[in-house]
Amino acid sequence: MKDTVEIRWHGRGGQGAKTAALLLADVCFKHGKNVQGFPEYGPERMGAPITAYNRISDHELRVHSNIYDPDYVVVVDETLLEAIDVTAGLNPNGAIVINTTRPKEEIIPHLKGYEGKVYTIDARRISEEALGKYFPNSPMLAAIVAVSGVMEKDEFMSQMRDSYQHKFAKKPEVIDGNMKALEMAFSEVTA
Amino acid sequence: MAIRERLSGNEAVAYAIKQVNPDVMPAFPITPSTEIPQLVASYISNGDIDTEFIPVESEHSAMSATIGASAAGARALTATSSCGMALMWELLYVAASNRLPIVLTLVNRALSGPININCDHSDSMGARDSGWIQIYAENNQEAYDNFLQAYRISEHKDVHLPVMICQDGFITSHALANIELIEDDKVKSFVGEYEPEHYLLNDDENIAIGPYAVSNYYMETKKGQITAMRNAKKVIQEIGKEFGAMSGRSYGLFEEYKLDDADYAFVMIGSAAGTTKDAIDELREQGVKVGLLKIRVFRPFPADEMTAALKNVKGIAIMDRAESFSGQSGPIASELGAALFMAKSEAKVINYIYGLGGRDYTVDNAKDIVTELRDYVEKGTEPEQYKYIGLRSR
Repeated sequence: MKDTVEIRWHGRGGQGAKTAALLLADVCFKHGKNVQGFPEYGPERMGAPITAYNRISDHELRVHSNIYDPDYVVVVDETLLEAIDVTAGLNPNGAIVINTTRPKEEIIPHLKGYEGKVYTIDARRISEEALGKYFPNSPMLAAIVAVSGVMEKDEFMSQMRDSYQHKFAKKPEVIDGNMKALEMAFSEVTA
Repeated sequence: MAIRERLSGNEAVAYAIKQVNPDVMPAFPITPSTEIPQLVASYISNGDIDTEFIPVESEHSAMSATIGASAAGARALTATSSCGMALMWELLYVAASNRLPIVLTLVNRALSGPININCDHSDSMGARDSGWIQIYAENNQEAYDNFLQAYRISEHKDVHLPVMICQDGFITSHALANIELIEDDKVKSFVGEYEPEHYLLNDDENIAIGPYAVSNYYMETKKGQITAMRNAKKVIQEIGKEFGAMSGRSYGLFEEYKLDDADYAFVMIGSAAGTTKDAIDELREQGVKVGLLKIRVFRPFPADEMTAALKNVKGIAIMDRAESFSGQSGPIASELGAALFMAKSEAKVINYIYGLGGRDYTVDNAKDIVTELRDYVEKGTEPEQYKYIGLRSR
Protein backbone atom coordinates (compact mmCIF):
# COMPACT_ATOMS: atom_id res chain seq x y z
CA MET A 1 0.00 0.00 0.00
CA LYS A 2 2.70 2.47 -0.89
CA ASP A 3 0.25 5.04 -2.10
CA THR A 4 -0.08 5.78 1.61
CA VAL A 5 2.32 8.39 3.01
CA GLU A 6 3.50 7.43 6.49
CA ILE A 7 5.04 9.97 8.86
CA ARG A 8 6.53 9.48 12.32
CA TRP A 9 6.98 12.34 14.78
CA HIS A 10 9.52 12.37 17.59
CA GLY A 11 9.17 15.01 20.27
CA ARG A 12 9.15 15.55 23.98
CA GLY A 13 5.99 15.79 26.08
CA GLY A 14 4.73 19.37 26.07
CA GLN A 15 6.24 20.43 22.72
CA GLY A 16 3.11 19.74 20.73
CA ALA A 17 4.26 16.88 18.49
CA LYS A 18 0.95 15.11 19.08
CA THR A 19 -0.98 18.30 18.32
CA ALA A 20 1.08 18.80 15.16
CA ALA A 21 0.29 15.25 14.01
CA LEU A 22 -3.42 15.84 14.63
CA LEU A 23 -3.26 19.20 12.79
CA LEU A 24 -1.54 17.53 9.85
CA ALA A 25 -4.26 14.87 9.76
CA ASP A 26 -6.85 17.62 9.94
CA VAL A 27 -5.46 19.69 7.10
CA CYS A 28 -4.98 16.62 4.88
CA PHE A 29 -8.56 15.57 5.63
CA LYS A 30 -9.73 18.97 4.39
CA HIS A 31 -7.58 18.39 1.32
CA GLY A 32 -9.80 15.37 0.62
CA LYS A 33 -7.57 12.59 1.88
CA ASN A 34 -8.15 9.64 4.14
CA VAL A 35 -6.13 10.27 7.25
CA GLN A 36 -4.95 8.89 10.55
CA GLY A 37 -3.30 10.96 13.28
CA PHE A 38 -2.49 9.23 16.54
CA PRO A 39 -0.06 9.41 19.43
CA GLU A 40 1.71 6.52 21.08
CA TYR A 41 1.02 6.85 24.77
CA GLY A 42 3.80 6.04 27.16
CA PRO A 43 4.41 7.69 30.51
CA GLU A 44 2.67 11.04 30.21
CA ARG A 45 4.94 13.70 31.58
CA MET A 46 6.56 16.91 30.40
CA GLY A 47 9.86 16.26 28.67
CA ALA A 48 9.49 12.50 28.18
CA PRO A 49 10.09 11.29 24.60
CA ILE A 50 6.81 10.84 22.74
CA THR A 51 5.98 9.47 19.31
CA ALA A 52 3.06 10.38 17.09
CA TYR A 53 2.06 9.12 13.67
CA ASN A 54 0.26 10.07 10.47
CA ARG A 55 -1.01 8.03 7.58
CA ILE A 56 -2.32 9.96 4.57
CA SER A 57 -3.90 8.14 1.64
CA ASP A 58 -6.38 8.18 -1.20
CA HIS A 59 -7.60 4.81 0.06
CA GLU A 60 -9.46 3.69 3.15
CA LEU A 61 -7.02 3.22 6.05
CA ARG A 62 -7.61 0.02 7.96
CA VAL A 63 -4.27 -0.77 9.54
CA HIS A 64 -4.11 0.16 13.23
CA SER A 65 -0.50 -0.54 14.11
CA ASN A 66 2.27 1.95 14.77
CA ILE A 67 4.50 2.95 11.86
CA TYR A 68 7.81 1.09 11.56
CA ASP A 69 8.84 1.97 8.00
CA PRO A 70 7.91 5.64 7.64
CA ASP A 71 8.41 7.69 4.51
CA TYR A 72 9.20 10.75 6.61
CA VAL A 73 10.38 11.42 10.13
CA VAL A 74 10.02 14.73 11.97
CA VAL A 75 12.30 15.38 14.94
CA VAL A 76 10.84 18.20 17.01
CA ASP A 77 13.60 18.10 19.63
CA GLU A 78 17.17 17.50 18.52
CA THR A 79 18.27 16.18 21.93
CA LEU A 80 16.35 13.05 20.93
CA LEU A 81 18.93 12.29 18.26
CA GLU A 82 21.21 10.83 20.90
CA ALA A 83 18.43 9.12 22.87
CA ILE A 84 16.35 7.48 20.16
CA ASP A 85 16.97 5.70 16.87
CA VAL A 86 14.97 8.28 14.91
CA THR A 87 15.85 6.87 11.48
CA ALA A 88 14.79 3.30 12.34
CA GLY A 89 13.03 1.86 9.29
CA LEU A 90 13.01 5.23 7.51
CA ASN A 91 12.57 4.94 3.75
CA PRO A 92 15.84 5.97 1.99
CA ASN A 93 13.71 7.58 -0.73
CA GLY A 94 11.99 9.66 1.93
CA ALA A 95 13.43 12.28 4.25
CA ILE A 96 14.01 13.35 7.82
CA VAL A 97 13.28 16.89 9.05
CA ILE A 98 15.10 18.04 12.17
CA ASN A 99 14.59 21.09 14.35
CA THR A 100 18.11 22.32 15.06
CA THR A 101 20.35 25.37 15.05
CA ARG A 102 23.33 23.27 14.04
CA PRO A 103 24.57 22.84 10.47
CA LYS A 104 23.56 19.60 8.78
CA GLU A 105 27.13 18.27 8.85
CA GLU A 106 27.00 18.09 12.64
CA ILE A 107 23.65 16.27 12.58
CA ILE A 108 24.37 13.59 10.00
CA PRO A 109 26.77 11.56 12.20
CA HIS A 110 23.84 10.95 14.57
CA LEU A 111 21.63 9.47 11.86
CA LYS A 112 23.13 5.96 11.79
CA GLY A 113 24.09 6.08 8.13
CA TYR A 114 20.68 7.17 6.86
CA GLU A 115 21.06 7.65 3.11
CA GLY A 116 17.93 9.68 2.33
CA LYS A 117 17.46 13.42 2.36
CA VAL A 118 18.15 15.35 5.54
CA TYR A 119 16.39 18.66 6.10
CA THR A 120 17.01 21.08 8.93
CA ILE A 121 15.06 24.01 10.27
CA ASP A 122 15.54 26.36 13.21
CA ALA A 123 12.03 26.19 14.60
CA ARG A 124 13.05 27.90 17.81
CA ARG A 125 14.19 31.10 16.09
CA ILE A 126 11.18 31.08 13.76
CA SER A 127 8.76 30.51 16.62
CA GLU A 128 10.33 33.15 18.85
CA GLU A 129 10.44 35.66 16.00
CA ALA A 130 6.90 35.00 14.81
CA LEU A 131 5.14 34.22 18.09
CA GLY A 132 7.42 35.61 20.76
CA LYS A 133 7.43 32.17 22.39
CA TYR A 134 8.83 28.73 21.75
CA PHE A 135 6.12 26.56 20.18
CA PRO A 136 7.96 24.42 17.65
CA ASN A 137 4.91 22.56 16.35
CA SER A 138 3.64 25.16 13.84
CA PRO A 139 6.99 25.55 12.05
CA MET A 140 7.58 21.80 12.08
CA LEU A 141 4.13 21.22 10.61
CA ALA A 142 4.85 23.60 7.73
CA ALA A 143 8.29 22.03 7.27
CA ILE A 144 6.93 18.50 6.84
CA VAL A 145 4.23 19.70 4.44
CA ALA A 146 6.93 21.47 2.38
CA VAL A 147 9.26 18.45 2.43
CA SER A 148 6.66 15.72 1.83
CA GLY A 149 4.58 17.66 -0.69
CA VAL A 150 1.36 16.14 0.70
CA MET A 151 -0.35 19.33 -0.44
CA GLU A 152 0.38 22.61 -2.20
CA LYS A 153 1.56 25.54 -0.13
CA ASP A 154 -1.31 27.89 -1.06
CA GLU A 155 -3.98 25.40 -0.08
CA PHE A 156 -2.14 24.47 3.09
CA MET A 157 -1.86 28.10 4.14
CA SER A 158 -5.49 28.85 3.50
CA GLN A 159 -6.67 25.72 5.32
CA MET A 160 -4.41 26.51 8.25
CA ARG A 161 -5.79 30.03 8.50
CA ASP A 162 -9.28 28.49 8.77
CA SER A 163 -8.08 26.02 11.42
CA TYR A 164 -6.39 28.73 13.49
CA GLN A 165 -9.43 31.00 13.23
CA HIS A 166 -11.47 28.16 14.68
CA LYS A 167 -8.88 27.06 17.24
CA PHE A 168 -7.97 30.56 18.44
CA ALA A 169 -11.45 32.08 18.21
CA LYS A 170 -10.94 33.58 21.67
CA LYS A 171 -7.43 34.89 21.07
CA PRO A 172 -7.29 36.04 17.44
CA GLU A 173 -4.09 37.99 18.13
CA VAL A 174 -2.03 34.78 17.84
CA ILE A 175 -3.40 33.81 14.41
CA ASP A 176 -1.11 36.12 12.43
CA GLY A 177 1.93 35.00 14.43
CA ASN A 178 1.20 31.36 13.69
CA MET A 179 0.63 32.10 10.03
CA LYS A 180 3.95 33.95 9.94
CA ALA A 181 5.66 30.95 11.56
CA LEU A 182 4.24 28.67 8.86
CA GLU A 183 5.32 31.05 6.10
CA MET A 184 8.87 31.35 7.47
CA ALA A 185 9.19 27.60 7.96
CA PHE A 186 8.06 26.92 4.42
CA SER A 187 10.85 29.07 3.00
CA GLU A 188 13.57 28.26 5.53
CA VAL A 189 13.48 24.44 5.65
CA THR A 190 16.59 23.37 3.75
CA ALA A 191 18.13 20.17 2.47
CA MET B 1 -26.26 12.62 2.25
CA ALA B 2 -23.73 11.41 4.76
CA ILE B 3 -21.58 14.04 6.42
CA ARG B 4 -17.84 13.61 5.76
CA GLU B 5 -15.97 14.31 8.99
CA ARG B 6 -12.85 13.38 10.93
CA LEU B 7 -13.20 12.42 14.57
CA SER B 8 -11.42 10.28 17.11
CA GLY B 9 -13.32 7.27 18.44
CA ASN B 10 -14.15 9.10 21.65
CA GLU B 11 -15.35 12.16 19.74
CA ALA B 12 -17.45 9.91 17.51
CA VAL B 13 -19.23 8.26 20.44
CA ALA B 14 -19.76 11.61 22.18
CA TYR B 15 -21.26 12.95 18.97
CA ALA B 16 -23.58 9.94 18.78
CA ILE B 17 -24.65 10.61 22.38
CA LYS B 18 -25.37 14.22 21.43
CA GLN B 19 -27.52 13.08 18.52
CA VAL B 20 -29.44 10.60 20.71
CA ASN B 21 -29.80 13.07 23.61
CA PRO B 22 -30.37 10.49 26.37
CA ASP B 23 -32.04 11.51 29.65
CA VAL B 24 -29.39 10.79 32.28
CA MET B 25 -25.62 10.25 32.25
CA PRO B 26 -23.85 9.60 35.54
CA ALA B 27 -20.10 9.19 34.98
CA PHE B 28 -16.70 9.16 36.64
CA PRO B 29 -13.60 9.87 34.54
CA ILE B 30 -10.97 7.25 33.72
CA THR B 31 -8.40 7.11 30.91
CA PRO B 32 -8.95 6.49 28.00
CA SER B 33 -12.73 7.06 28.13
CA THR B 34 -12.63 10.39 30.01
CA GLU B 35 -13.18 12.47 26.86
CA ILE B 36 -16.65 10.96 26.37
CA PRO B 37 -18.29 12.37 29.54
CA GLN B 38 -16.15 15.49 29.15
CA LEU B 39 -17.48 16.18 25.64
CA VAL B 40 -21.04 15.32 26.68
CA ALA B 41 -20.73 17.78 29.59
CA SER B 42 -19.67 20.45 27.06
CA TYR B 43 -22.65 19.68 24.84
CA ILE B 44 -24.90 20.08 27.88
CA SER B 45 -23.33 23.35 29.04
CA ASN B 46 -23.54 24.72 25.49
CA GLY B 47 -27.26 23.95 25.49
CA ASP B 48 -27.01 21.43 22.64
CA ILE B 49 -28.68 18.67 24.63
CA ASP B 50 -30.67 18.46 27.87
CA THR B 51 -29.19 15.26 29.29
CA GLU B 52 -28.96 15.31 33.09
CA PHE B 53 -25.27 14.80 33.87
CA ILE B 54 -24.50 13.42 37.34
CA PRO B 55 -20.87 13.79 38.44
CA VAL B 56 -20.49 10.91 40.88
CA GLU B 57 -17.68 9.99 43.27
CA SER B 58 -16.81 6.57 41.84
CA GLU B 59 -17.67 4.12 39.09
CA HIS B 60 -19.63 2.03 41.58
CA SER B 61 -21.83 5.08 42.06
CA ALA B 62 -21.88 5.79 38.33
CA MET B 63 -23.42 2.42 37.56
CA SER B 64 -25.69 2.62 40.62
CA ALA B 65 -27.06 6.00 39.51
CA THR B 66 -27.43 4.74 35.94
CA ILE B 67 -29.44 1.79 37.25
CA GLY B 68 -31.58 4.11 39.38
CA ALA B 69 -32.27 6.43 36.46
CA SER B 70 -33.09 3.56 34.13
CA ALA B 71 -35.38 1.92 36.70
CA ALA B 72 -37.16 5.25 37.12
CA GLY B 73 -37.93 5.23 33.39
CA ALA B 74 -35.12 7.31 31.92
CA ARG B 75 -32.90 6.50 28.95
CA ALA B 76 -29.60 6.28 30.82
CA LEU B 77 -25.97 5.61 30.05
CA THR B 78 -22.46 5.81 31.41
CA ALA B 79 -18.91 5.52 30.10
CA THR B 80 -15.85 3.85 31.56
CA SER B 81 -12.70 1.78 31.05
CA SER B 82 -10.64 -0.89 32.78
CA CYS B 83 -10.53 -0.57 36.57
CA GLY B 84 -13.50 1.77 36.36
CA MET B 85 -15.61 -1.08 35.08
CA ALA B 86 -14.04 -3.43 37.61
CA LEU B 87 -15.39 -1.15 40.34
CA MET B 88 -18.86 -1.42 38.76
CA TRP B 89 -18.69 -5.19 38.85
CA GLU B 90 -21.54 -6.12 41.21
CA LEU B 91 -23.77 -3.48 39.62
CA LEU B 92 -23.20 -4.88 36.13
CA TYR B 93 -25.02 -8.00 37.29
CA VAL B 94 -27.73 -5.92 38.96
CA ALA B 95 -28.35 -3.94 35.76
CA ALA B 96 -28.60 -7.11 33.68
CA SER B 97 -30.76 -9.13 36.08
CA ASN B 98 -33.17 -6.21 36.47
CA ARG B 99 -33.43 -6.18 32.68
CA LEU B 100 -32.62 -2.49 32.42
CA PRO B 101 -31.96 -1.10 28.92
CA ILE B 102 -28.79 0.75 29.88
CA VAL B 103 -25.98 1.55 27.47
CA LEU B 104 -22.38 1.51 28.68
CA THR B 105 -19.82 2.92 26.29
CA LEU B 106 -16.64 1.09 27.18
CA VAL B 107 -13.22 2.10 25.95
CA ASN B 108 -11.23 -1.11 26.35
CA ARG B 109 -8.13 -0.86 28.51
CA ALA B 110 -6.01 -3.43 30.33
CA LEU B 111 -6.84 -4.22 33.92
CA SER B 112 -4.12 -3.69 36.52
CA GLY B 113 -1.52 -4.83 37.22
CA PRO B 114 0.99 -3.78 36.36
CA ILE B 115 -0.99 -0.59 35.99
CA ASN B 116 -1.29 0.18 32.29
CA ILE B 117 -3.49 2.63 30.39
CA ASN B 118 -3.37 0.94 26.99
CA CYS B 119 -5.67 -1.39 25.14
CA ASP B 120 -6.57 -4.95 25.68
CA HIS B 121 -9.90 -6.66 26.23
CA SER B 122 -9.38 -7.90 29.77
CA ASP B 123 -12.00 -5.47 31.15
CA SER B 124 -14.92 -6.49 28.93
CA MET B 125 -13.87 -10.13 28.64
CA GLY B 126 -13.86 -10.33 32.42
CA ALA B 127 -17.47 -9.10 32.36
CA ARG B 128 -18.58 -11.53 29.68
CA ASP B 129 -20.68 -13.55 32.12
CA SER B 130 -22.42 -10.55 33.69
CA GLY B 131 -25.45 -10.72 31.41
CA TRP B 132 -24.68 -7.71 29.21
CA ILE B 133 -24.86 -7.70 25.43
CA GLN B 134 -21.38 -6.89 24.13
CA ILE B 135 -20.80 -5.20 20.77
CA TYR B 136 -17.28 -4.39 19.56
CA ALA B 137 -15.94 -1.91 17.00
CA GLU B 138 -13.00 -2.06 14.61
CA ASN B 139 -12.77 1.71 14.14
CA ASN B 140 -14.35 5.08 14.97
CA GLN B 141 -17.07 4.56 12.36
CA GLU B 142 -18.25 1.31 13.91
CA ALA B 143 -18.09 2.76 17.43
CA TYR B 144 -20.40 5.56 16.26
CA ASP B 145 -22.73 3.25 14.33
CA ASN B 146 -22.89 0.72 17.18
CA PHE B 147 -23.87 3.39 19.68
CA LEU B 148 -26.71 4.56 17.43
CA GLN B 149 -28.06 1.00 17.35
CA ALA B 150 -27.57 0.29 21.05
CA TYR B 151 -30.84 1.62 22.50
CA ARG B 152 -32.87 0.02 19.72
CA ILE B 153 -31.44 -3.32 20.83
CA SER B 154 -31.53 -2.82 24.59
CA GLU B 155 -35.05 -1.34 24.65
CA HIS B 156 -36.51 -3.96 22.29
CA LYS B 157 -39.43 -5.75 23.96
CA ASP B 158 -37.89 -9.18 23.29
CA VAL B 159 -34.56 -8.16 24.78
CA HIS B 160 -34.60 -5.67 27.67
CA LEU B 161 -30.94 -6.12 28.45
CA PRO B 162 -28.10 -3.65 28.98
CA VAL B 163 -25.68 -3.18 26.10
CA MET B 164 -21.94 -2.58 26.25
CA ILE B 165 -20.51 -0.74 23.23
CA CYS B 166 -16.77 -1.43 23.16
CA GLN B 167 -13.90 0.18 21.27
CA ASP B 168 -10.12 -0.15 21.59
CA GLY B 169 -8.50 2.29 24.00
CA PHE B 170 -6.17 4.82 22.34
CA ILE B 171 -5.97 2.74 19.14
CA THR B 172 -9.38 3.98 18.04
CA SER B 173 -10.45 6.20 20.95
CA HIS B 174 -7.59 8.68 20.46
CA ALA B 175 -6.86 8.29 16.75
CA LEU B 176 -8.17 10.98 14.44
CA ALA B 177 -9.62 9.38 11.32
CA ASN B 178 -12.26 9.88 8.63
CA ILE B 179 -15.84 9.08 9.50
CA GLU B 180 -19.28 9.44 7.92
CA LEU B 181 -21.85 10.96 10.23
CA ILE B 182 -25.59 10.70 9.79
CA GLU B 183 -27.91 13.71 9.82
CA ASP B 184 -29.60 14.52 13.16
CA ASP B 185 -33.14 14.02 11.88
CA LYS B 186 -32.33 10.59 10.46
CA VAL B 187 -30.69 9.55 13.73
CA LYS B 188 -33.67 10.81 15.71
CA SER B 189 -36.18 8.90 13.67
CA PHE B 190 -34.00 5.75 13.70
CA VAL B 191 -33.42 5.73 17.46
CA GLY B 192 -36.92 6.96 18.35
CA GLU B 193 -38.35 8.12 21.66
CA TYR B 194 -38.05 5.84 24.67
CA GLU B 195 -41.34 4.63 26.04
CA PRO B 196 -40.60 2.34 28.98
CA GLU B 197 -43.10 -0.44 29.63
CA HIS B 198 -42.67 -0.70 33.39
CA TYR B 199 -40.91 1.97 35.43
CA LEU B 200 -40.79 3.26 38.98
CA LEU B 201 -42.06 6.79 38.27
CA ASN B 202 -45.27 5.49 36.76
CA ASP B 203 -48.07 6.51 39.17
CA ASP B 204 -50.50 4.10 37.57
CA GLU B 205 -48.49 0.98 38.21
CA ASN B 206 -46.84 0.04 41.48
CA ILE B 207 -43.85 -2.19 40.88
CA ALA B 208 -40.69 -3.27 42.66
CA ILE B 209 -37.35 -3.42 40.88
CA GLY B 210 -34.52 -5.46 42.32
CA PRO B 211 -36.27 -7.24 45.21
CA TYR B 212 -34.88 -10.24 47.05
CA ALA B 213 -35.56 -13.48 45.21
CA VAL B 214 -35.53 -16.72 47.14
CA SER B 215 -34.59 -20.05 45.64
CA ASN B 216 -38.12 -20.42 44.31
CA TYR B 217 -37.57 -17.60 41.84
CA TYR B 218 -33.86 -16.93 41.30
CA MET B 219 -33.35 -19.62 38.71
CA GLU B 220 -36.31 -18.51 36.60
CA THR B 221 -34.79 -15.02 36.54
CA LYS B 222 -31.63 -16.45 35.00
CA LYS B 223 -33.69 -18.44 32.48
CA GLY B 224 -35.45 -15.22 31.56
CA GLN B 225 -32.12 -13.48 31.02
CA ILE B 226 -30.79 -16.19 28.74
CA THR B 227 -34.03 -16.26 26.76
CA ALA B 228 -33.65 -12.51 26.23
CA MET B 229 -30.01 -12.98 25.31
CA ARG B 230 -30.93 -15.57 22.70
CA ASN B 231 -33.69 -13.30 21.37
CA ALA B 232 -31.11 -10.55 21.03
CA LYS B 233 -29.37 -12.41 18.19
CA LYS B 234 -32.31 -11.90 15.86
CA VAL B 235 -33.00 -8.36 17.08
CA ILE B 236 -29.38 -7.26 16.61
CA GLN B 237 -29.40 -8.55 13.04
CA GLU B 238 -32.74 -6.92 12.19
CA ILE B 239 -31.62 -3.58 13.57
CA GLY B 240 -28.25 -3.89 11.85
CA LYS B 241 -30.06 -4.38 8.55
CA GLU B 242 -32.42 -1.48 9.19
CA PHE B 243 -29.41 0.68 10.06
CA GLY B 244 -27.90 -0.36 6.74
CA ALA B 245 -31.00 0.72 4.84
CA MET B 246 -30.69 4.14 6.46
CA SER B 247 -26.90 4.62 6.34
CA GLY B 248 -25.54 2.24 3.71
CA ARG B 249 -23.62 0.35 6.41
CA SER B 250 -25.29 -2.92 7.43
CA TYR B 251 -24.27 -4.90 10.48
CA GLY B 252 -24.68 -8.49 11.59
CA LEU B 253 -23.33 -10.60 14.44
CA PHE B 254 -19.93 -10.71 12.78
CA GLU B 255 -18.24 -9.54 9.59
CA GLU B 256 -16.88 -11.98 7.03
CA TYR B 257 -13.93 -10.65 5.06
CA LYS B 258 -12.88 -12.77 2.06
CA LEU B 259 -14.06 -15.82 3.97
CA ASP B 260 -16.18 -17.43 1.22
CA ASP B 261 -13.40 -19.45 -0.42
CA ALA B 262 -10.84 -19.21 2.40
CA ASP B 263 -8.65 -22.14 3.44
CA TYR B 264 -7.38 -20.19 6.45
CA ALA B 265 -9.27 -17.84 8.71
CA PHE B 266 -8.57 -15.37 11.47
CA VAL B 267 -11.19 -14.95 14.16
CA MET B 268 -10.77 -11.78 16.18
CA ILE B 269 -12.33 -8.71 17.75
CA GLY B 270 -11.64 -4.99 17.45
CA SER B 271 -9.13 -2.72 15.75
CA ALA B 272 -6.57 -5.47 15.01
CA ALA B 273 -9.06 -6.85 12.48
CA GLY B 274 -8.34 -3.84 10.25
CA THR B 275 -4.61 -4.55 10.38
CA THR B 276 -5.36 -8.19 9.55
CA LYS B 277 -7.41 -7.16 6.50
CA ASP B 278 -4.34 -5.44 5.03
CA ALA B 279 -2.29 -8.62 5.63
CA ILE B 280 -5.04 -10.71 4.00
CA ASP B 281 -5.01 -8.54 0.87
CA GLU B 282 -1.23 -8.95 0.57
CA LEU B 283 -1.45 -12.72 1.03
CA ARG B 284 -4.33 -13.01 -1.42
CA GLU B 285 -2.14 -11.33 -4.05
CA GLN B 286 0.32 -14.18 -3.50
CA GLY B 287 -2.48 -16.70 -3.97
CA VAL B 288 -2.97 -17.67 -0.34
CA LYS B 289 -6.65 -18.06 0.41
CA VAL B 290 -7.00 -16.30 3.74
CA GLY B 291 -10.06 -14.67 5.25
CA LEU B 292 -11.30 -13.12 8.44
CA LEU B 293 -14.27 -13.55 10.71
CA LYS B 294 -14.48 -10.40 12.81
CA ILE B 295 -16.69 -10.87 15.84
CA ARG B 296 -18.93 -7.86 16.37
CA VAL B 297 -21.26 -9.38 18.93
CA PHE B 298 -19.56 -11.48 21.60
CA ARG B 299 -22.64 -11.61 23.84
CA PRO B 300 -24.82 -13.29 22.80
CA PHE B 301 -22.13 -15.62 21.42
CA PRO B 302 -23.01 -16.47 17.79
CA ALA B 303 -21.74 -20.05 18.02
CA ASP B 304 -23.92 -21.73 15.37
CA GLU B 305 -23.57 -18.86 12.92
CA MET B 306 -19.78 -18.76 13.31
CA THR B 307 -19.20 -22.48 12.97
CA ALA B 308 -21.37 -22.44 9.82
CA ALA B 309 -19.31 -19.57 8.38
CA LEU B 310 -16.09 -21.44 9.19
CA LYS B 311 -17.20 -24.88 8.00
CA ASN B 312 -14.97 -24.97 4.91
CA VAL B 313 -11.74 -23.58 6.35
CA LYS B 314 -8.83 -25.90 7.08
CA GLY B 315 -7.00 -23.78 9.62
CA ILE B 316 -8.21 -21.15 12.09
CA ALA B 317 -6.18 -18.62 14.07
CA ILE B 318 -8.29 -17.56 17.04
CA MET B 319 -6.94 -14.26 18.30
CA ASP B 320 -7.45 -13.28 21.93
CA ARG B 321 -6.57 -9.84 23.29
CA ALA B 322 -7.16 -11.01 26.86
CA GLU B 323 -5.75 -13.76 29.04
CA SER B 324 -8.07 -15.91 31.10
CA PHE B 325 -5.44 -17.93 32.98
CA SER B 326 -7.04 -21.26 32.29
CA GLY B 327 -3.68 -22.30 30.92
CA GLN B 328 -5.14 -23.59 27.70
CA SER B 329 -6.77 -20.71 25.84
CA GLY B 330 -8.03 -17.16 25.87
CA PRO B 331 -11.75 -16.40 26.19
CA ILE B 332 -12.68 -16.41 22.48
CA ALA B 333 -10.79 -19.65 21.84
CA SER B 334 -12.37 -21.43 24.76
CA GLU B 335 -15.88 -20.59 23.55
CA LEU B 336 -15.26 -20.96 19.83
CA GLY B 337 -13.23 -24.12 20.45
CA ALA B 338 -16.18 -25.65 22.25
CA ALA B 339 -18.54 -24.52 19.51
CA LEU B 340 -16.32 -26.04 16.80
CA PHE B 341 -16.22 -29.33 18.71
CA MET B 342 -20.01 -29.36 19.04
CA ALA B 343 -20.28 -28.67 15.31
CA LYS B 344 -17.88 -31.60 14.63
CA SER B 345 -15.39 -29.32 12.90
CA GLU B 346 -12.10 -30.85 11.83
CA ALA B 347 -10.31 -27.54 11.30
CA LYS B 348 -6.86 -27.14 12.82
CA VAL B 349 -6.84 -24.38 15.40
CA ILE B 350 -4.14 -22.24 16.97
CA ASN B 351 -5.02 -19.73 19.66
CA TYR B 352 -2.82 -16.62 19.79
CA ILE B 353 -2.73 -14.22 22.69
CA TYR B 354 -1.71 -10.79 21.32
CA GLY B 355 -1.80 -7.09 22.11
CA LEU B 356 -1.98 -7.24 25.90
CA GLY B 357 -1.55 -3.86 27.58
CA GLY B 358 -1.30 -2.11 24.21
CA ARG B 359 1.43 -4.30 22.69
CA ASP B 360 1.36 -3.46 19.01
CA TYR B 361 -0.06 -5.96 16.52
CA THR B 362 1.25 -5.57 12.98
CA VAL B 363 0.63 -6.75 9.42
CA ASP B 364 3.83 -8.81 9.77
CA ASN B 365 2.45 -10.55 12.88
CA ALA B 366 -0.62 -11.53 10.87
CA LYS B 367 1.50 -12.86 7.99
CA ASP B 368 3.66 -14.92 10.39
CA ILE B 369 0.51 -16.44 11.82
CA VAL B 370 -0.69 -17.53 8.39
CA THR B 371 2.70 -19.12 7.69
CA GLU B 372 2.47 -21.11 10.91
CA LEU B 373 -1.11 -22.13 10.23
CA ARG B 374 -0.26 -23.28 6.70
CA ASP B 375 2.63 -25.38 7.96
CA TYR B 376 0.29 -26.96 10.48
CA VAL B 377 -2.34 -27.81 7.84
CA GLU B 378 -0.13 -28.64 4.84
CA LYS B 379 3.03 -30.06 6.39
CA GLY B 380 1.58 -31.53 9.55
CA THR B 381 3.84 -29.57 11.89
CA GLU B 382 2.48 -29.61 15.38
CA PRO B 383 2.78 -26.09 16.76
CA GLU B 384 1.78 -25.11 20.27
CA GLN B 385 -1.95 -24.54 19.99
CA TYR B 386 -2.01 -21.82 22.60
CA LYS B 387 0.71 -19.25 22.36
CA TYR B 388 1.75 -15.62 22.69
CA ILE B 389 2.66 -13.47 19.71
CA GLY B 390 4.61 -10.21 19.84
CA LEU B 391 6.57 -10.91 23.03
CA ARG B 392 9.87 -9.09 23.52
CA SER B 393 12.76 -11.17 22.27
CA ARG B 394 14.93 -10.35 25.24
